[in-house]
Amino acid sequence: MFGLNTKDTKSLFIVAFLVVVAPFILNPFPAASAMAQFNAGYPDLMQKFVIFGIFAIGFNILFGLTGYLSFGHAAFLGIGSYSCVWMFKLLGYNVIPGIVLSVIISGIFALAIGFVSLRRSGIYFSILTLAFAQMSFALAYSVLSNPKFNLTNGETGLQVYANDPQWFHRDSLPDLPHLFGLSMRATHKLEIGAWEFQLNAGYYLCALMMLVCFYLAIRIFRSPFGLMLRAVKSNQQRMNYTGLNTRPYTLAAFVISGMYAGLAGGLLSAVDPLAGAERMQWTASGEVVLMTILGGAGTLIGPVLGAGFIKYFENIFSKINDHVLHSWFAFLPDGLEDFVVFLIHPFIGKGWHLTLGILFMLVVIFLPGGLVEGGQRLGKWLHRRKAKDTPSAKTEPAE
Amino acid sequence: MSKSEVSRRRVLKSGAAGTAGLALPTIFTASSAAAFTNEPTGGTVTLGFNVPQTGPYADEGADELRAYQLAVEHLNGGGDGGMLNTFSSKVLQGNGILGKKIEFVTGDTQTKSDAARASAKSMIEKDGAVMITGGSSSGVAIAVQGLCQEAGVIFMAGLTHSNDTTGKDKKANGFRHFFNGYMSGAALAPVLKNLYGTDRTAYHLTADYTWGWTQEESIAAATESLGWQTTNKVRTPLAATDFSSYIAPVLNSGADVLVLNHYGGNMVNSLTNAVQFGLRDKVVNGKNFEIVVPLYSRLMAKGAGANVKGIHGSTNWHWTLQDEGSKAFVRSFGTKYGFPPSQAAHTVYCQTLLYADAVARAGSFNPCAVVEALEGYEFDGLGNGPTLYRAEDHQCFKDVLVVRGKENPTSEFDLLEVVEVTPAAQVSYAPDHPMFAGGDLGACNSGA
Repeated sequence: MFGLNTKDTKSLFIVAFLVVVAPFILNPFPAASAMAQFNAGYPDLMQKFVIFGIFAIGFNILFGLTGYLSFGHAAFLGIGSYSCVWMFKLLGYNVIPGIVLSVIISGIFALAIGFVSLRRSGIYFSILTLAFAQMSFALAYSVLSNPKFNLTNGETGLQVYANDPQWFHRDSLPDLPHLFGLSMRATHKLEIGAWEFQLNAGYYLCALMMLVCFYLAIRIFRSPFGLMLRAVKSNQQRMNYTGLNTRPYTLAAFVISGMYAGLAGGLLSAVDPLAGAERMQWTASGEVVLMTILGGAGTLIGPVLGAGFIKYFENIFSKINDHVLHSWFAFLPDGLEDFVVFLIHPFIGKGWHLTLGILFMLVVIFLPGGLVEGGQRLGKWLHRRKAKDTPSAKTEPAE
Repeated sequence: MSKSEVSRRRVLKSGAAGTAGLALPTIFTASSAAAFTNEPTGGTVTLGFNVPQTGPYADEGADELRAYQLAVEHLNGGGDGGMLNTFSSKVLQGNGILGKKIEFVTGDTQTKSDAARASAKSMIEKDGAVMITGGSSSGVAIAVQGLCQEAGVIFMAGLTHSNDTTGKDKKANGFRHFFNGYMSGAALAPVLKNLYGTDRTAYHLTADYTWGWTQEESIAAATESLGWQTTNKVRTPLAATDFSSYIAPVLNSGADVLVLNHYGGNMVNSLTNAVQFGLRDKVVNGKNFEIVVPLYSRLMAKGAGANVKGIHGSTNWHWTLQDEGSKAFVRSFGTKYGFPPSQAAHTVYCQTLLYADAVARAGSFNPCAVVEALEGYEFDGLGNGPTLYRAEDHQCFKDVLVVRGKENPTSEFDLLEVVEVTPAAQVSYAPDHPMFAGGDLGACNSGA
């Protein structure tokens, strides 16, 4: 269906299904229980899951296919965010112009940065993109936020003020980002027994966008263009010797992935109308690299998994504090309780980086193919067990 | 190349799916039945403490968190009651707020606007927090204040000193107890005049972001009205750790006062560099060279060590104050944690008490009722003397302390001494003062 083979159609449908029911499966614990701490089914985090999913899918088109490791993709995320907020400031809170402009502007920037950076490959390419991203960050953080020419509003972040023009804003429309009147904040709370599920308009808009992006990524992966990009990854020199100019292909991949990042940035602003310069910092660029590698570089679903994994840790583990720990282990004798809390303390709250770092190392060492490889191994293991139970005459090829 | 076959059946199927997709959002328009965002219905109420636990202001954040926990303990009736006993309003009974026990959630702002908003959003959307407080940087405070306005909860700002928080970025749902750049300038100017005279030339080094600019503007205006000259204003990147290259030009600029508009780690490094360059031993224009640090804190003084001796600045509160409120607060904080609180701890403790008191007086957690209760509210007994929460911009007006690095500290906490308590009247300004103009409080939002 949709010009995909059966396997890809299946994975598209699986992703679509997961995305639609995410508000339910991410809230497995009753709202009042102690385990509710681990629920991730609230609008902000679900939005982050899919938005950073888009970011990582786009990054994977460049890194996974061509092998070019860009260390400056956060610049496009930031540019997208700023473009979107500027549309809010000038035109009004409808998200469509903002999202469209964020994709266009980040595409233009990607073309310019890519044109320069792609003259080099390997580590030099990474450093060039990093330099451009840090330059953008510095510009956004202070240079372009002076009182005379305030494009980015610096440290505070670009936001909409009451005295902004907002030409198409009418009183009947919500004073928040909206899609033709449907506020991005509109949330329907569904209470089923002890459980509470939040169905949020902004999330479903982002989810729809992610499905479109995922579909496009599949098409790119399976196209002759995708094949050319893979060829670049395997041996670019050989391709050049055969008389083929690879630059247009890599530049196209760079621009496409830049536009994905811009879309992600635009959506970030659409669900929360404030664009901060930190989005462009090198740590943000590094984060998307981690997401892609953690999930499985070069795979279709991997980057989305990686994005979800990292965002989950950032938002859930950072909020567990000693107070919460004490309430969990209150059943233990006092001395023992304090000891257990003391042991766990470095890994929660401000220590979430540490926990994530350890997990990242474990994944990279034992599952070089990322979480996707973990899933495959698990699948094979289950399959083999099943096969052992019911021995068949068919001989399977060795793995 | 893929072959595309469009059959009637497929078109119908896709069409139906598309229609279903478009129809989906309409089910979200039903609004919830609650009167306002996160109305507490059970026996508890949840507050969100959003402070930097990592990054350059982590020390301030840790101290703020301690003070929040202390405030919750006192409000729930535990401990010795702290400043509840000295607070001029007596509606708080030590049984939580309106009989609901206080619970709290914490988050890490990482001193980044994005992370702070994400953390605050999860408190509002997931944990049902009815009030958010914290922030150790003006950028973060302004970003979270905007979010709270949109979401319909109250924001009680923590450590934020920029004029913009209650100036051009003020919001109806946001309140600030801490003082601001203008007040620092107004409080410092007379003291500087007495100490250094009216014929001085100042050189500014300023952290290159919102807070730095508003503070630089405030101090320059205050000192220029004394008759001082300003030779140069140099912006330094926030991430800078070595200021030698910025200090060297000061020596040849003809300036005889250096104003460091820096905070936290920046201030520690720039001051140390300036002292190492021998600026304080120099004589320029026949006068001793002086250094001024407009915003001081004990945690910074600790970082800069002996370099702060004899250097003047301003602060919101200091633990050596001898009024009943300060003494009570220092006593209960010291008993619990073993050392005196910083000004960051003091301001967030006050903010928590003020919020609880406003809810109790209003008889409701509804943000609009709380806003009404806090606007134009006058109180005393929280360590700063008589204080007014001005209705026009939600800024507290109270005395400002001018402090000096102590020459002979008796302990590692006894680093600053209070030189003068500048009365509130002297640091007050009109709500439409040019440094604060351009903002609009808007209407309170209860999220209903």
